[in-house]
Amino acid sequence: MIVTERKPQEELAAMLQGEQGTYIVACGGCPVGHKSGDEASLAQLEADLQAQGVKVLGRTSIDFLCNKALVALRLMRVLDEVQATDSLLIVSCGIGVQAVGATVDKPVHPAMNTISVGGFQGLWPSEERCGECGDCNLDLTGGICPVIFCSKSLLNGSCGGSDKGKCEVHKDIPCGWTLIYERLKKTGRLEQLSKLNIRKNRDLMRVGPERRAGTIWALEIAPPELQPEEAKKA
Amino acid sequence: MKLSDLFAQGQFVVTGELGPPKGCHLDHLMHEAEVLRGRVAGINVTDLQAAAMRLGSLVTCKRLVEHGLPPVLQIVCRDRNRISLQSELLGAAEFGVENVLCLTGDHNILGDHPDSMPVFDLDSVSLLQAATGLMGGKDMAGNDLEGDPPDLCLGCVVNPGADPVEPQIIKLRVKEEAGARFCQTQAVYDVDVFKRFRDAANQAGIKMPIMAGLVMLKSAGMAKYMNRMVAGVFVPAPLIQRMTATDDKPKTSIEITVELIDSLRPCCDGVHIMSLGWDQYVPAVLDGAGL
Repeated sequence: MIVTERKPQEELAAMLQGEQGTYIVACGGCPVGHKSGDEASLAQLEADLQAQGVKVLGRTSIDFLCNKALVALRLMRVLDEVQATDSLLIVSCGIGVQAVGATVDKPVHPAMNTISVGGFQGLWPSEERCGECGDCNLDLTGGICPVIFCSKSLLNGSCGGSDKGKCEVHKDIPCGWTLIYERLKKTGRLEQLSKLNIRKNRDLMRVGPERRAGTIWALEIAPPELQPEEAKKA
Repeated sequence: MKLSDLFAQGQFVVTGELGPPKGCHLDHLMHEAEVLRGRVAGINVTDLQAAAMRLGSLVTCKRLVEHGLPPVLQIVCRDRNRISLQSELLGAAEFGVENVLCLTGDHNILGDHPDSMPVFDLDSVSLLQAATGLMGGKDMAGNDLEGDPPDLCLGCVVNPGADPVEPQIIKLRVKEEAGARFCQTQAVYDVDVFKRFRDAANQAGIKMPIMAGLVMLKSAGMAKYMNRMVAGVFVPAPLIQRMTATDDKPKTSIEITVELIDSLRPCCDGVHIMSLGWDQYVPAVLDGAGL
């Protein structure tokens, strides 16, 4: 199961600042199982946002946001809402954020930090990947992850080796930062590039005991002494 | 002397470049460096250039300082994390290095240890921010430094021939905000490309001095190789033809470099000459260009 946790409220508010409204797209997979994006968490998220003056135009839940075909099909049902909103706030791991970003020409904001995809026992249907950095910046990078798509995992723009959209490592590898530049341009957010000031807190990559608690993570294989108290009671 | 002080005096600044050897002896390089004495304001010392393992930049810079020559420490993000990078910057200040060029660094895969682990904990922007922070007396974690903080002149690089060039220009502006006080460019052979880049940089509000990068052509083969392999570098066909036709390659290379300096001079604030081992011809280039 993928472990995600909600971003701090002030970070969410900063992302959504200046927008008329946002629409919540939630994943019905891991975040529900992990209880970071179940019905109660989503209602809380919506209430917290409304309390801060962020207009939430609605929300929809899609089972497995990592599946782009499913995302496209399901978002068609709420096309009017999606077209009316300034942005989409995505409750999922980094893969889901990128999958939605690749499907819809709307700015996507990650509502969560992805702590761990674990051994990823499920499917990996497409090219979006999550670097499990625990400090998600997809909001600033057009919904394309530079940790994954830049060969150097650069955080503040392309290096000098970028050439006609290709990476210096291999001519068949796209330059992740050129992809980001093009996506930002397409969604009218190019000014994001000049605001970049990303510095990762690498400490957030660790899956410490405090982050293992509250999940039934690997319940099926973990010996009882390693299982969190909550799971043992269940 | 800091390059920023020279620019402030209105000087057209010239820098050269040396690459440390793959070995632990610097005497030969120090001998080569002598031809640059009095002719350049700074000598860039590459930091494990092209991701090839060799003697380090800071060690070589220290030797240059001891010889009374002005080094520009190049420092890349590929091989060290933020702890080590900050420590290296403190080391530079302690050794009397005044100018530091902050770069991302080529990927390990392009070098002679492709099986190594790339670090890139920081990138060129966050490295500049870290250096600016140290100059303000704080490390990246917010801890105070003991004694006077390091006093460095920070530089950065840009590739004027990049395609697309717009994100490069945006990043250059971000680098300036992060503390860069001068910029050296990737090799320029096409003056029109450089002029267009400079106009765009001016339009973007970039104020720092920009030094045009010049790599001396050694042969037609080298030019063709760069056209094929080096991102954003384009040697026009007439220059390749001159290098093919000549029976005195150094002489023709010097002529070409002088012509480029003459054409670029109105639209740049200085030149950075990368001779790639042809240091002995740099004085002739500077004589030709009246520098």
